[in-house]
Amino acid sequence: MWFFFFLFSIVALAGAVGVVALRNPFYSVLALVTHLIALALLFLLLEAQFVAVAQIVVYAGAVMVLYVFVVAYVGGGDQPELLSRVSAKQRTLAVVFGLAIFVELAIALLGTALKAVDTHGAKLATDYGSPAQIGDLLLTRFLLPFELASFLLLVAAVGAVGLAGRRGGVGPDHEVFTDTVRPQGTGTMAEGVGRRRDGHP
Amino acid sequence: MNIAWFLIVSALMFCLGAVGVLVRRNPLVILLCLELMLNAGNLALLGFSRMWGDGDGQIFALIVMVVAACEVAIGLGIIVALYRRRLPVDVDELRELHG
Repeated sequence: MWFFFFLFSIVALAGAVGVVALRNPFYSVLALVTHLIALALLFLLLEAQFVAVAQIVVYAGAVMVLYVFVVAYVGGGDQPELLSRVSAKQRTLAVVFGLAIFVELAIALLGTALKAVDTHGAKLATDYGSPAQIGDLLLTRFLLPFELASFLLLVAAVGAVGLAGRRGGVGPDHEVFTDTVRPQGTGTMAEGVGRRRDGHP
Repeated sequence: MNIAWFLIVSALMFCLGAVGVLVRRNPLVILLCLELMLNAGNLALLGFSRMWGDGDGQIFALIVMVVAACEVAIGLGIIVALYRRRLPVDVDELRELHG
C-alpha cells in the first residue's frame, strides 16, 4: 500500500511538473496524460473504482484527444522569445506565490479539527465506490445536480460548435452562397463542344 | 494509509497548477494547468469521501469532471477561433479588454 501510494504520487507529481516546465505544448499534453493515469490509480487506492475508470475514459481518453487535436492544429509551440518575455522576477514571484499557497494549505491540513484525517477512513460498506452506489445516488439524492450537469454539457457542446465552426461569427472568410454559382451556360456539355446553351456558337 | 497523505499530495498538485497558470503564456498550457488544479481538487474530494465512508464526495468529483470537460470544450473552441482570425495565441498579446 505504502509502496504503491508513493509510486503513483511521484509519477503524478512528476507529470504535473512536466506540464508546467516542458517547452513544447505537445509534450505538456503527454505529461498530463501520464499525470491523469497515475491519478486514476491513486483514486483506486481510495477505493473509488467508478471515478477512477471515469477518469481514464473521460479524461485520459476523450479530453486529451481533444487537446492533442487542437495542439496539432494550432501547432507552433512556445516560441523562445515568447518564453523569455516572462521575466525572471515574474517567475520568482510565481514560485513564491505557489509556495505560499502550499504552506497555507499545509497549515490548514495539519491544524484541522477533523480528527479522522489521521486515520485510514471510516469503515466502508461493501458497495462503496461501485457503479451501483454512484448510480443510486445520482438518481435519488443528487438528481437535480445530475440533470443540471447534463444541461451544462449540452450548452457547452453547442457553444463550442458555435465558437469553432467554419462560419463562426463575421470574418473575412465569410462565404456567400451566390459567389459559388457559375455564370449561365458554363460547365455544360454544350460548352464542351464549343456551343453556348443559348444557341450562339 | 492515512487520508492526510492524499491531501498533502493534492495540495502539492494544486500549487504546481497555480504556478503554471502564472508562469506560462500559451493559453493551451494554461488550460492544462487549470486541469491540474481541478484534478487536485478531485483528489481531495475523494479523500474526504473515503474519510466519511459515504459516496457524496464521489458524486461531487464526477460533477467537477463534467464542469472541467465543458471548460475544455469552450476554451479550446476559443483557441481555435483565435487561430482562425490570425490572432496571436499568447495571453500577453491579447489585451484588448485591458482598458
